[in-house]
Amino acid sequence: MEYVKSLIVTLLILAALLGVWAAGTRDGVADTSVDPELAALLGPSAKGESPVPGPEDVGAAVWGHLKDPFYDKGPNDKGIGTQLFFSLVRVLGGFGLAVIVAVPLGFVIGSSPLMQRSLEPFIQILKPVSPLAWMPLALYVIKDAAQSSIFVIWICSVWPLLINTAFGVASVRPEWLNVARCHEVGWLRRSFTVVLPAAAPTILTGMKISIGIAWLVIVAAEMLVGGTGIGYFVWNEWNNLSLTNVIVAIFAIGVVGMVLDQGLAGLTRLVSYEE
Amino acid sequence: MPSPTPAFDSDANLAHLGCSCGKHAIPEAHNVSQEARLDDIIEKSVMKAVFPNDVQRRRFIKTVGASAALAALSSVLPMGVAKSLAQEAMGKPEKTDLKVGFIPITCATPIIMAEPMGFYKKHGLNVEVIKTAGWAVVRDKAINKEYDAAHMLTPMPLALSLGAGSDPIPFRMPAVENINGQAITLANKHKNKRDPKLWKGFKFAVPFDYSMHNFLLRYYVAEHGLDPDKDIQIRVVPPPEMVANLRAGNVDGYLAPDPFNQRAVYDGVGFLHLLTKEIWDGHPCCAFAASQEFIDTMPNTYMALFRSIIDATDFASDKSNRKEISKAVSPKNYLNQPVTVLEQVLTGTYATGLKEQPIAKDPERIDFDPFPYHSMAVWILTQMKRWGYVKGDLDYQKVAEDVYLATQAAEVMKSMGMKPPSTTYKKYMVMGKEFDPATPEAYLNSFAIKR
Repeated sequence: MEYVKSLIVTLLILAALLGVWAAGTRDGVADTSVDPELAALLGPSAKGESPVPGPEDVGAAVWGHLKDPFYDKGPNDKGIGTQLFFSLVRVLGGFGLAVIVAVPLGFVIGSSPLMQRSLEPFIQILKPVSPLAWMPLALYVIKDAAQSSIFVIWICSVWPLLINTAFGVASVRPEWLNVARCHEVGWLRRSFTVVLPAAAPTILTGMKISIGIAWLVIVAAEMLVGGTGIGYFVWNEWNNLSLTNVIVAIFAIGVVGMVLDQGLAGLTRLVSYEE
Repeated sequence: MPSPTPAFDSDANLAHLGCSCGKHAIPEAHNVSQEARLDDIIEKSVMKAVFPNDVQRRRFIKTVGASAALAALSSVLPMGVAKSLAQEAMGKPEKTDLKVGFIPITCATPIIMAEPMGFYKKHGLNVEVIKTAGWAVVRDKAINKEYDAAHMLTPMPLALSLGAGSDPIPFRMPAVENINGQAITLANKHKNKRDPKLWKGFKFAVPFDYSMHNFLLRYYVAEHGLDPDKDIQIRVVPPPEMVANLRAGNVDGYLAPDPFNQRAVYDGVGFLHLLTKEIWDGHPCCAFAASQEFIDTMPNTYMALFRSIIDATDFASDKSNRKEISKAVSPKNYLNQPVTVLEQVLTGTYATGLKEQPIAKDPERIDFDPFPYHSMAVWILTQMKRWGYVKGDLDYQKVAEDVYLATQAAEVMKSMGMKPPSTTYKKYMVMGKEFDPATPEAYLNSFAIKR
């Protein structure tokens, strides 16, 4: 019952939003006095139409993209599905590399107060840097646009992962570690059977934050270097001042971001435990 | 049972079953031996030119060995290019799959249309033209060799070779793409401020620091008594973002490449204040550029690419082809613009956005001319120095002749039946003021506003 109620409210809000959108983008009265020769040279928005597309325009565009999401008309024009796929590969690549580096390093930092104190200044200085600020340096050093964007994803995913892993490892209850010590469990076995399961929910929360940031950053990175990906798609449509397609891309980015987030939230539920 | 003679091929050319000289069974064999012979002739004639005295030459070759002598000479003379120039279409490209970067603006028309209209194919190349987000990215991808060659702004190869704004990397500019074709666009609210003297405090956008747009805008406002660094603000904004910035009021106007001037009129955001041809009629804008390394390591590929660009530029300069070209370059894969916007730019019949004269006709609004005059480079260098982009002494002629390959362009144009100009230097009139490429320093010192 609660679920149905919330669903009804959600639908009402959606209808209200669409109504406001449609009303706000209604076309003005077309100026019919314009000379037809001149009218042929001008675009719809110079003749009184609203420059922002309404919900019906965007709906039609979404349908057009869904009908053929994987077309390929040359290196600069591919379907929205293909572009999303390119972006996802980059995000998962950079994110995967970040997990490989950050989780073991976070383990070390979390289990050694000395390491924690000595690495703290580096993490504190590098963490707040916008990942895109790395882009020019990456392009210059790596000399490859695709690898540079993976590097940028890597560097933005690393910090939340590192900090959360270290925090999770450091806050494993000392009683559990003591019990393990009493049973003379070795370091390696203790790490995998006691510390890792205990810290897993915190680590996965770090992953969830990381992948969210990575998905935010990839769009900006691809707008910067171009080539392929959903960010390039947005840039290319902006180029043509096609707001309709930009809005379509916003929805697509939102949906994929939600799926990534929900996926990791599901994983977190799998490893969480009650004390 | 296999037949003793090959089956008759109805498509075979009966007149030329063998090669043209008759000594080779198939034309390919003829070409190979012809190529080797040509190489030999060129090498011998270069040796002869360097050592006109027969006795001296033989003694020199005897002491150092023929191949060592040739290698020593090749290091001074671009033997590879000379050879492929002589071979014309004969030299097989070392590599046929190429990537050429471009910025989606009408200046790049020849580079772009050469793909859909088959000019690269015609010269034996399989070129992918790759759309790029901005000039800095084009520069970096060209340096990184992600692109074999690229669409650049005419000042960029000069800046790259001089190391202004990046490490010095020898880039060469074999051909100009377009002349004219830019404009100053102002926001609609400035319709009563057509006099540049009223522009104090305006914010302008240009596509790149090392661009004709920047130098022409600076020149234009300075001629009207405004200091471009103090009285107005000039920002670098990628062309596609200009219309959005103009609509939002972030900039008051821009000197930019088309289609973004025409697009501002098409979308009812701004009006065309002036075409850049009114500042300097025949000014260069965009160019086709490649690194010295690419030219040296793949001379045949480079020549084939060079010839396809010259071919396409020549086709684009014919005004009767412009409508067809507008359609070829408008799809998403290329410029991604409405055909009517491109047609207005390329045919020169366009809406101005002004009440007094809503439609203007100027067939010379944009033109395409590949010849890279050295004097163009000298003018650009004077402006780079004028505004402090390069400092210290500058050997104008040497830099111009190193970077702008005018002599080579003339050779290629001649070999393709075109008529290149007989001189690589000429005088220009820029806003009524004469520029003489022979006296760049005097020209530079004649300006009241400079750094």
